[in-house]
Amino acid sequence: MPHRTLHLFRKGLRLHDNPTLLGEGGMRVGVLRWRFLLQSLQDLHARLRAVGSRLFVVRGSHRAVLGELVGRWGITQISFDSEMEPHHTALQRELGEMAEELGLSVYTRLSHTLYDLSRIIEANGGEPPLTYKKFLRVLSAIGEPEKPVRDITAEDFQRCNTPGEADCERYAVPSLCDLGLDGPDESQEEVLWPGGETQALQRLNKHLESQGWLENTKTQTVMNSLWPNTTGLSPYLSLGCLSVRTFYHTLGKVYAQAKNHSLPPVALQGQVLWREFFYTAASATQNFTRMEGNPICLQIHWYDDQDALEKWRTARTGFPWIDAIMTQLRQEGWIHHLSRHAVACFLTRGDLWISWEEGMKVFEEYLLDADYSINAGNWMWLSASAFFHQYNRIFCPVRFGRRTDPEGHYIRKYLPVLRSFPSRYIYEPWTAPEEVQLQAGCIIGKDYPLPMVCHAEVSERNLALMKEVRSSQENTTKLTRGQRFTILSLISINAN
Amino acid sequence: MHPSMAEEEHSCSENLIGAKHQGSQAYIHLLAFSEKRRLGYFWMKRGRVNIAAKCQSFSPTQSRAKKQKTGQGVFTLQSYAQDWGNLPHHIVLHIFQYLSLVDRARASSVCRRWNEVFHIPELWRCFEFELNQPATSYLRSTHPDLIQQIIKRHAQHLQYVSFKVDSCTESAEAACNILSQLVNCTIKTLGLISTARPSFMDVSQSHFVSALTVVFVNSKSLSSIKIDDTPVDDPSLKVLVANNSDTLKLLKMSSCPHVSPAGILCVADQCHGLRELALNYHLLSDELLLALSSEKHVHLEHLRIDVVSENPGQTQFHSIKKSSWDALIRHSPQVNIVMYFFLYEEEFEPFFCEETPVTHLYFGRAVSKDMLGRIGLNCPRLVELVVCANGLEPLDEELIRIAERCKSLTAIGLGECEVTCSGFMEFVKMCGGRLSQLSIMEEVLIPDNSYSMEQIHSEVSKHLGRIWFPDMMPTW
Repeated sequence: MPHRTLHLFRKGLRLHDNPTLLGEGGMRVGVLRWRFLLQSLQDLHARLRAVGSRLFVVRGSHRAVLGELVGRWGITQISFDSEMEPHHTALQRELGEMAEELGLSVYTRLSHTLYDLSRIIEANGGEPPLTYKKFLRVLSAIGEPEKPVRDITAEDFQRCNTPGEADCERYAVPSLCDLGLDGPDESQEEVLWPGGETQALQRLNKHLESQGWLENTKTQTVMNSLWPNTTGLSPYLSLGCLSVRTFYHTLGKVYAQAKNHSLPPVALQGQVLWREFFYTAASATQNFTRMEGNPICLQIHWYDDQDALEKWRTARTGFPWIDAIMTQLRQEGWIHHLSRHAVACFLTRGDLWISWEEGMKVFEEYLLDADYSINAGNWMWLSASAFFHQYNRIFCPVRFGRRTDPEGHYIRKYLPVLRSFPSRYIYEPWTAPEEVQLQAGCIIGKDYPLPMVCHAEVSERNLALMKEVRSSQENTTKLTRGQRFTILSLISINAN
Repeated sequence: MHPSMAEEEHSCSENLIGAKHQGSQAYIHLLAFSEKRRLGYFWMKRGRVNIAAKCQSFSPTQSRAKKQKTGQGVFTLQSYAQDWGNLPHHIVLHIFQYLSLVDRARASSVCRRWNEVFHIPELWRCFEFELNQPATSYLRSTHPDLIQQIIKRHAQHLQYVSFKVDSCTESAEAACNILSQLVNCTIKTLGLISTARPSFMDVSQSHFVSALTVVFVNSKSLSSIKIDDTPVDDPSLKVLVANNSDTLKLLKMSSCPHVSPAGILCVADQCHGLRELALNYHLLSDELLLALSSEKHVHLEHLRIDVVSENPGQTQFHSIKKSSWDALIRHSPQVNIVMYFFLYEEEFEPFFCEETPVTHLYFGRAVSKDMLGRIGLNCPRLVELVVCANGLEPLDEELIRIAERCKSLTAIGLGECEVTCSGFMEFVKMCGGRLSQLSIMEEVLIPDNSYSMEQIHSEVSKHLGRIWFPDMMPTW
């Protein structure tokens, strides 16, 4: 029976591989993310126009909007992607209820993840795999994810009658101004991460051409990858401008053709598999994005230090490596995963001993690819609250940066005040003699802050705290820990 | 929570029914013991003590009781009161052994009989004193009243005792105070455990030593002692030996800076039953190894040695003669020799210059390429190798040699150092299926012309005969 269907876009802002919704989520969204989102909506609208349809952006509560449109347009069916995240599933339920009330059928399909996550959980005996290795093993038993569905074309929309108000401005994509937001000056800056499906697909092609899938070659040097790159895909994956399945299968196919053999997915697909891992864990773990009430997360009395948190957030820690990263984050909305590791460790178990939930909120606000489950999962990982247990390895905010980029190019770019510092001192400028500071035109303590903590001291204190936590919550650590060496389980508590 | 010592005038049943406690639920099921005395079954809920006499031949009045059931599942058991209170001690004891200390303590305040059972020596053989400052600690703390109880009534029953303390000096001092009061005891196992910082080191040495020697002198049958990170000294070891040489089997004293090689030698000379020993490298000597290999000595099973740098670049490490190691192995061919290294790169020179029978090696701070090369040459007994330490050059050659020469190697872990993919593949090919544990941080492997990261995974899996992945950090 032919339906008049209203499709709700939530995250899958694309026409390719879109078997089904746009939600506002309950997340903090910073200006750059709004811009990305709005650009993506505009792109979607343009692409829909090209095939004879359009995007309606309606503001208001779901209930009110649906109620009105269903009546006005004679809708008989609603469709949307099924989602795993809690605030989405709640919405889903609500939509289901509304549909029932209004006598609508509901059509949903899975599209935001590679697999049906419940299938992964089932294959693992009813529990989500809580170590990445275990997860990969389960996947290798399940087999390849489903192929993407074919692209939507104009033919698909030929039989659709888009409501006559098609050109009404009322339903246009709002601008940043309309939302009351002060955006970055469009005329001045190049937009490093333009939103939308078109851009996403272009980048995918570029990624494949430039053999970006070989990005793990160390010869490319880690340092280069700190810079925002034109083939980076994470924000597009997270908002759904790019389908994970398309990405997965395209990449696999291209590689197989180029090298004449195919490769196990883990080697190429690390990025989307990690995403899948955290999504799976989050879908089956209560309170995944919080510490309290989260069964896999260590319960730690993090310090409540708003001042310290603010310094971290606003790039005034006095550690150039950390501050440069936080500056890039704020200015551009994307930082390399090693950078994320560095600042996350610094905030939590490494130096400041502040809750990972605080860090997660900041990332949620600034990162273009902030994704509910992944953000929380990674923060728990890096704070050693779950999944990661080699808490003895604390990244040193000086040495880590220096190893990654010995000449300090990255620092100089994002912290111009330190531009003239010699490489020898640039990671710990407070150690530079006065003449050097004067010559560089930057006095530490005046033009750039002194280090907010003594790393050696605080990391030692934190190690002791972490040992105590783990001693009393052994059972929690076991949940997300893999195989241990005999020698490591014998190791004295105070070895270090 | 402590057992009440009040004299009960009430009948047992009233106390049973009236007992009210908070907390989550803990169940115990006790099924019949013997055919003659079929007790039926009861359960204790933290919250209410419920009794359901399910079974039969308990007493003549049981059929009546069976029909009485209140909404909350508590039976009125007036007629049973005497019986429950008169349960044989050994049965109540058996039940109590399933209960946690807290539950046991609560049960003990139900009636006089159960209270007696609570204090039966059997239940006080093992105890772990948890001493933590509640304001700052994550860890629970044993109630001071309970501690007093134990010292007063159960010191002589204690056999397996440990003290777990947090980072505060007060906790360690409290442990010492308890120790000093454990006279008239026959302790077999003693453990002093610092969960985070070595807080025993902050206690005054005289206080610590006198407390410890109380136990050493009085117990006379100590078999197992863990005193890592404490200010124990040579004289206390002498006292230990004088009183316990026949029974001592295990001694763990890593990071005890006040002990000298002579002090530990005294232990090895006199305690011929010693099977497990853990100490720091500075206490190791040729004489010690020879003493442990004397005819009168039992086979040594486990020797653990921590090699720690005190003053970076300034510590001189003595070397041990090959003949001493040989003697040890001749005497104890199965011994595990476990060495932990926390040194700076320049400090590895004295090690592994000659054949050394080490079985488990761990490098926690730095590692020297040269020394890893020597390990390949001189450590034929090596079973497990973990390198979590910063090295500056690829370790290909060294690993390959280890694969060649250390034929017993079954576990290896690498982090923070570097190996090229080709070198790593060579290593894996040579070790093959004998590697039951291969834990390599992804960033350790450096792709090169022959192998890329993508290929490593499948190639290694092939050679190991199972699916293998490196240890990965999430790519965000």
